[in-house]
Amino acid sequence: MRPETEADLAEIIKGAAGPLRIQGGGTRDIGKPVDGALLQTGGLTGVTLYEPGSLTLVARAGTPLAEVEAVLDAEGQRLPFEPMDHRGLLGRDGVPTVGGMAASNVSGPRRIQSGACRDYMLGVRFVDGAGTVLSNGGRVMKNVTGYDLVKLMAGSYGTLGVLTEVSFKVLPKPEASACVLINDLSETEAVEAMSRALGSPFDVSGVAHLPVGVDGAPVTMIRVEGFAESVRYRSGRLAALFAGRDVTVETDPERVAAGWRYVRDAEPFHAAPGDVWRLSVKPSDAPGLVAASGALQAIYDWGGGLVWLLMPVASDLRARLGGFAGHATLVRGNEDTRRALPVFQPEPGPVAAISAGLRARFDPRGILNPGIMG
Amino acid sequence: MEMPVPNPAILARKEAIIAKLRGCVPTDALIWDEMETRAYECDALTAYRCAPLAVVLPATTEEVSAVLKVCHAEGVPVVPRGSGTSLAGGALPTADSVVIGVSRMNAVLETDYDNRIIRVQTGRTNLSVTGAVEQDDFFYAPDPSSQLACAIAGNIAMNSGGAHCLKYGVTTNNLMGVTMVMMDGTVFEIGGAHLDAAGLDLLGVICGSEGQLGVVTEATLRILHKPEGARPVLMGFDSNEVAGECVSDIIKAGVLPVAIEFMDRPCIEACEAFAKAGYPMCEALLIVEVEGSEAEIAEQLALITDIAKRHNPVELREAKDADEAGRIWLGRKSAFGAMGQINDYMCLDGTIPVSSLPFVLRRIGEMSKEYGLDVANVFHAGDGNMHPLILFNANKPGDLELCEAFGADILKLCVEVGGCLTGEHGVGIEKRDLMAHQYRPEDLEVQMAVKDVFDPAWLLNPAKVFPLAASEGRRVVQVAAE
Repeated sequence: MRPETEADLAEIIKGAAGPLRIQGGGTRDIGKPVDGALLQTGGLTGVTLYEPGSLTLVARAGTPLAEVEAVLDAEGQRLPFEPMDHRGLLGRDGVPTVGGMAASNVSGPRRIQSGACRDYMLGVRFVDGAGTVLSNGGRVMKNVTGYDLVKLMAGSYGTLGVLTEVSFKVLPKPEASACVLINDLSETEAVEAMSRALGSPFDVSGVAHLPVGVDGAPVTMIRVEGFAESVRYRSGRLAALFAGRDVTVETDPERVAAGWRYVRDAEPFHAAPGDVWRLSVKPSDAPGLVAASGALQAIYDWGGGLVWLLMPVASDLRARLGGFAGHATLVRGNEDTRRALPVFQPEPGPVAAISAGLRARFDPRGILNPGIMG
Repeated sequence: MEMPVPNPAILARKEAIIAKLRGCVPTDALIWDEMETRAYECDALTAYRCAPLAVVLPATTEEVSAVLKVCHAEGVPVVPRGSGTSLAGGALPTADSVVIGVSRMNAVLETDYDNRIIRVQTGRTNLSVTGAVEQDDFFYAPDPSSQLACAIAGNIAMNSGGAHCLKYGVTTNNLMGVTMVMMDGTVFEIGGAHLDAAGLDLLGVICGSEGQLGVVTEATLRILHKPEGARPVLMGFDSNEVAGECVSDIIKAGVLPVAIEFMDRPCIEACEAFAKAGYPMCEALLIVEVEGSEAEIAEQLALITDIAKRHNPVELREAKDADEAGRIWLGRKSAFGAMGQINDYMCLDGTIPVSSLPFVLRRIGEMSKEYGLDVANVFHAGDGNMHPLILFNANKPGDLELCEAFGADILKLCVEVGGCLTGEHGVGIEKRDLMAHQYRPEDLEVQMAVKDVFDPAWLLNPAKVFPLAASEGRRVVQVAAE
């Protein structure tokens, strides 16, 4: 089923006899496999409003992300949260959509500075599990009118409703960018260095560490963006912070962009066999957790707050880590593993009760992507 | 503003309820004497007052939990209170309610510069969070005007903003975790020093829920290193439209100032008379502030003043030093005080698309003539969050009602042009009955369904946010269950 209007989508859900498997562009096959009739949102397309001077864009959920990015690019603007493209990592084809990105709250390296996808979502329209069309939020940047269900919908993987339209706050694209590269730091040293960069006044927009860089040696990456003079100034000051280390500054825009795409999309793991986990933790805890994980390889993003782990197939990462503050998600794993292990971090009792209660209210028949989040 | 009739069964059981609350907190943390509870009869929306049944001032999460368990068992409504600075009546009690004030819970629990977080009890004031880290050059970004007095608890309840949120975001973008006590006393923790939710983004819906889902007792907040410097430029224009276009052009040019503040002539005149900041007498003033090193500031200001010059400003004044910067901000920061000197006023908080600024300002001017009440406008122009101040005379019979009707018309206008009723103050009781202009019944219903899940008996701050008629069925069930 691939409705082309919100009203048709609502009719389909209202009349559904059983579970529905909801899909945007089908590029982010994340979560416990869902058994249900396929319902695609790719027919709901189009940017319905774009006002560069108000930093606002509204698009229907099935609009290809690339189309939104092109529209923004023509006005020198962008989605600030740098959404990851999951296709390479998950071995999928297809076209990433606005709705799929929002429903899985997909961000990238700039999340550490600018915030996540959910922080730039201003409003949503969606159809709940009873087939009712609902809206929340709006198209303005500051809005505390009633409960913020926009955040609730972000990252709810279709379990509370099927998104039909999302409005975003967008930001100007910077004139220049540069990347300070520090070679050969240990993982602990790298997290310390990243913390220093993030704790500096130099408005860093990305901090990552690859224990195995492109040339096989460890590299720590610190990005600054802005007006050209300012980028030159701040990258120079950051490089000076690490005097005594092997530091270089990359200023070629294409190389800087390629380097951050490599981190954003977890490219080192695209061709590597194994499961891929995503850990969200307190940055200073990261090196210890990576050591405890027994991972084949790790990538540190967000100053260590986000760790990608390449793990042997079907290994239970959470069992290896024991109790830790944060959460682990099995992003890539075969269907058997994703049925056997909780894909999302199991929630403590009171939290799980609230989540279950919300799903029961938004989707009383339990037909929207049932079980996908565990 | 109508409030529900207090439940006589609760009023009749006052002594028994107080006796149970006595077991939850030390003697000096429980107030039930009618003279003393009067201190809690209103917040900053002083037109409405009602002393509560009792006030409890717990010192720990455990005490909050114990108090909520008693109120839950007794079916007593609870009104959570931070510092009582809400302009929307978010902390207005009813006679049958227990106020839980978090003002004694103001400790810093943890400061962690390596991971850029601070964990505090939520009675701590907004400014004193920055105060706890500024000796190390860090700060907490959201900066509501009331930051000297307002508590983090209230900031979380209302998802407060401030002048600098164009760059740094509002409370929800800087809140990483909470400890919250639910109405039945269950203690609930979400988030922490790590980013983003494991499952559903409950933190996102708790922030801005106006104390209706739980009592937040501890918060993990993101702290940032201060920029190397900051400097404002002041520009005057001979029409609101031109100033509005200038704002739009600055944003389109790729500059992201930390603040763009807008004042119109009535506001400029009042501020000048009050603060003598040396403002030019013109139709519209913009204060634009940028941050960075000296060279970065100079580069951004050059770009901004170039744009401004294309709009024929009647004044263009760049701060040369901290003293001049202070003078530029002086008038703006004293705007509310200045208006208060002239008159009673009501402060609105609607947000509109930035592109609608000139139209909305013109319409407000026309409505001001129709109602015969003056309006001054001062607001955060970069994000379209308006603060029209309607002047009225509280001692003149009928003037408050006229002012409220005018205010409602302005907010409806904000919604009509694609905006919303409130950008940072919250709905409270003030905008409760206007909610139906922004949301259809089903959109309100799904929000109330969220409250059903967190607080099935509708005991937490029950008469706020939703039109009384819309929430009646839920609140009546609770009274009938007595």
